[in-house]
Amino acid sequence: MSDSTEAIEKHEFDVVVIGAGGAGLRAAIEARSQGKRTAIISKSLFGKAHTVMAEGGCAASMGNVNSNDNWMVHYRDTMRGGKFLNNWRMAELHAKEAPDRVWELETYGALFDRTPDGKISQRNFGGHTYPRLAHVGDRTGLELIRTLQQKIVSLQQEDFKETGDYEANIRVFHETTITELFKADGKIAGCIGYYRNTGGFVQFDAPAIVLATGGIGKSYSVTSNSWEYTGDGHALALRAGATLINMEFLQFHPTGMVWPPSVKGILVTESVRGDGGILKNSEGKRFMFDYIPDVFKDQYATTPEEGDRWYTDADNNRRPPELLPRDEVARAINSEVKAGRGSPHGGVFLDIASRLKPEEIQKRLPSMYHQFKELADVDITKEPMEVGPTCHYVMGGVEVDPDTGMSIVPGLFAAGECSGGMHGSNRLGGNSLSDLLVFGRRCGKSAAEYVDATASRPVVAQADVDAAVERALLPFSSATEGGENPFQVQLELQKTMHELVGIIRKADEMEMALKALQDIATRTRTVSVTGQRRFNPSWHLALDLRNMLLVSLCVGKAALERQESRGGHTRDDYPVMDSDWRHILLVLSALGEDNIELVRKEQVPMRPELLDLFELDELKKYYTGEEIGGHRAGEAMK
Amino acid sequence: MSYDAHFRVWRGDSEKGELVDYPVEVNEGEVVLDIIHRLQQTEANDLAVRWNCKAGKCGSCSMEINGKPRLACMTRMSTFTETEVITVTPLRTFPVIRDLVTDVSFNYTKAREIPSFAPPPDVKPGDYRMAQVDVERSQEFRKCIECYLCQNVCHVVRDHEENKEAYAGPRYLMRIAELDMHPLDVADRQVAAQEEHGLGMCNITKCCTEVCPEHIKITDNALIPMKERVVDRKYDPLVWLGNKIFKRPGA
Repeated sequence: MSDSTEAIEKHEFDVVVIGAGGAGLRAAIEARSQGKRTAIISKSLFGKAHTVMAEGGCAASMGNVNSNDNWMVHYRDTMRGGKFLNNWRMAELHAKEAPDRVWELETYGALFDRTPDGKISQRNFGGHTYPRLAHVGDRTGLELIRTLQQKIVSLQQEDFKETGDYEANIRVFHETTITELFKADGKIAGCIGYYRNTGGFVQFDAPAIVLATGGIGKSYSVTSNSWEYTGDGHALALRAGATLINMEFLQFHPTGMVWPPSVKGILVTESVRGDGGILKNSEGKRFMFDYIPDVFKDQYATTPEEGDRWYTDADNNRRPPELLPRDEVARAINSEVKAGRGSPHGGVFLDIASRLKPEEIQKRLPSMYHQFKELADVDITKEPMEVGPTCHYVMGGVEVDPDTGMSIVPGLFAAGECSGGMHGSNRLGGNSLSDLLVFGRRCGKSAAEYVDATASRPVVAQADVDAAVERALLPFSSATEGGENPFQVQLELQKTMHELVGIIRKADEMEMALKALQDIATRTRTVSVTGQRRFNPSWHLALDLRNMLLVSLCVGKAALERQESRGGHTRDDYPVMDSDWRHILLVLSALGEDNIELVRKEQVPMRPELLDLFELDELKKYYTGEEIGGHRAGEAMK
Repeated sequence: MSYDAHFRVWRGDSEKGELVDYPVEVNEGEVVLDIIHRLQQTEANDLAVRWNCKAGKCGSCSMEINGKPRLACMTRMSTFTETEVITVTPLRTFPVIRDLVTDVSFNYTKAREIPSFAPPPDVKPGDYRMAQVDVERSQEFRKCIECYLCQNVCHVVRDHEENKEAYAGPRYLMRIAELDMHPLDVADRQVAAQEEHGLGMCNITKCCTEVCPEHIKITDNALIPMKERVVDRKYDPLVWLGNKIFKRPGA
């Protein structure tokens, strides 16, 4: 139903940033600072992005609390957390640049909690050797998004002073969803989307596009993610010819709320454990001591006494196992519940009440106190919380060049959660906020450089625009043919992924899932919506569903292919981590609207001086013999 | 534990609209937003509502529930009786776009009018030093999730469209206070607060504080101290005399 009378609003920019969370805003700040006219596309209102949900903090080895910390320790922790499958160059850049990115936020007006000598305070978190997370109580994400939002406003004020127009160089498009990217001669040329408010289409002509759309959690029934997290950037990139990697790795955050049902999945920050909270089963046992995997045996306390001493004397004691990386804790909780030692509502108990004074809890974890009090009627200063795993973060994303953030499509960049590689098979808490600052800035900068190097602006073909409009309006024409309600199809997609490609996976279940997804694909193409185009949530969902389906196919395919268990990918039928799989990346590309092709690719070997940052004994746990032949210990023996 | 509640939801757009009655299922532990979502999934697919985090952290699902400005995600159904009619309407102070969604651009316009953080020119990134006790005052205001409930309830603009031009509203007057109390901010904000952003129009009825889902003491900790700072400046007899004698411009 191509409507020739459809008026399309048109804009020209140098750089279009899709996504207004931390990564998108940081990218936009950089692109604008490099003198580029920049658009920010925000799916929700400006300042509401999912970054606000980040609670614990932003990891950066500033060494303010423990001066032994530095980028090399942070690098090692990040690689360990990701089980050495990370893109090591990204992990290196991230560890080196994170402190500067945090300090820069203070010049934008951020107010982090302080140490006694007035520096930025840093807190402990799972997998981090030293207290490393810059934070503001347990609302660090809000501080980050607000700070970046206010920095953008300040840049707009500068432009206003000079030109009389706030939007001369940086403009925010609120409540706008991009449905398709355009290319010309194989390079990015622009994109199209719709305004939620009016339902009208808007086209952007731009030689560079930065994807910063976050994750894919809405493909699962129990998730900490909001409605926006439908894998838009992942799917846009695929449809534009880019590739995704690591899509089999999903992080199930160990502690989501489990009760009441309506809040199931909402996050309970890891800071509860960082500040002393412990996990217990229905028998009152502190069970995490039973779940320390061999690769981490040397770094974690084996008795509650030692674990407790660590909070006050970290140099002479090992950390408690509640602070193992998230994948380990989530699996442990899953096992306890399966063994019948769960809490009344199917989780386990997270206890801070018996560990800290009520005033201290309210001061350090104010929003957790508030959240439980208001939503579950539980006073966490008096009672334990009930928690269980929730789909939280996708490690996989657009395959990019580590230094520039550019995908294999010239002019298409990706930063933050929708890019892949940085976190390997499992992300450490606190590494997300630092990731989006470091790579948001890098993408903004390289997008600007790319624009400078582009001699002539690619021109969007009208036929592509017409096709995109036609596809976007399809759910309205399907309505006359009696297609399904998109909410129904979404529920089924979520259920399929949750039950068959969830935290513990099996080949036969995943095969069933892929089959079910084929059926859902057909139904997704024919969902129909009623009503008008102005702010019509069922139409919005009908279009988001396409993206959810495509990324779900990626997750299912890659998860079936990888026959081992590693980080955010646990196979019941292949329970062991296998060194022969460590260096293999599963690369996904789209074949049409709802078909995915998977190819295997070798990971680039780690630079020798970075490999030498680890002890040989540790590397042996992850690497095959020939891969570590070049290690300093081996060289010395020759 | 389930029952059918009687919801009355405002449906319409900027031109016309009406309250529509819906019988709808309610289960244990649910909040008003869950019920709105159930309506969306069943008999009102195109019911427009804003929401994001569903955990009281993003400030998107602001609406008026039985006449009170609330976050729908933080309003538990257990606070109502089973027979009570629950009336849900859009925020009154802002123009309706459709159903429960309003045009909140007033707030973004005001945000842009408040001069931004002015960093100390001689302090390098990484060298910022501030005491916890000093940052805490501004930190309280930075808890704001920009739900605009305070902007919506404030009677200076709620029923007085004509005041919108001159008045920034509690959220943005608090933003001025936040920056004025920032230990390292170097800008002078007090005169402008009064003369350009309408601080004087606030007559401290504390309605904003009452509706704040973050329990920020907007009036007591931001607006009143800000008024005091302005008054100190404006009515200080020595400053007045100095101005008279030296004719300092803009003091």
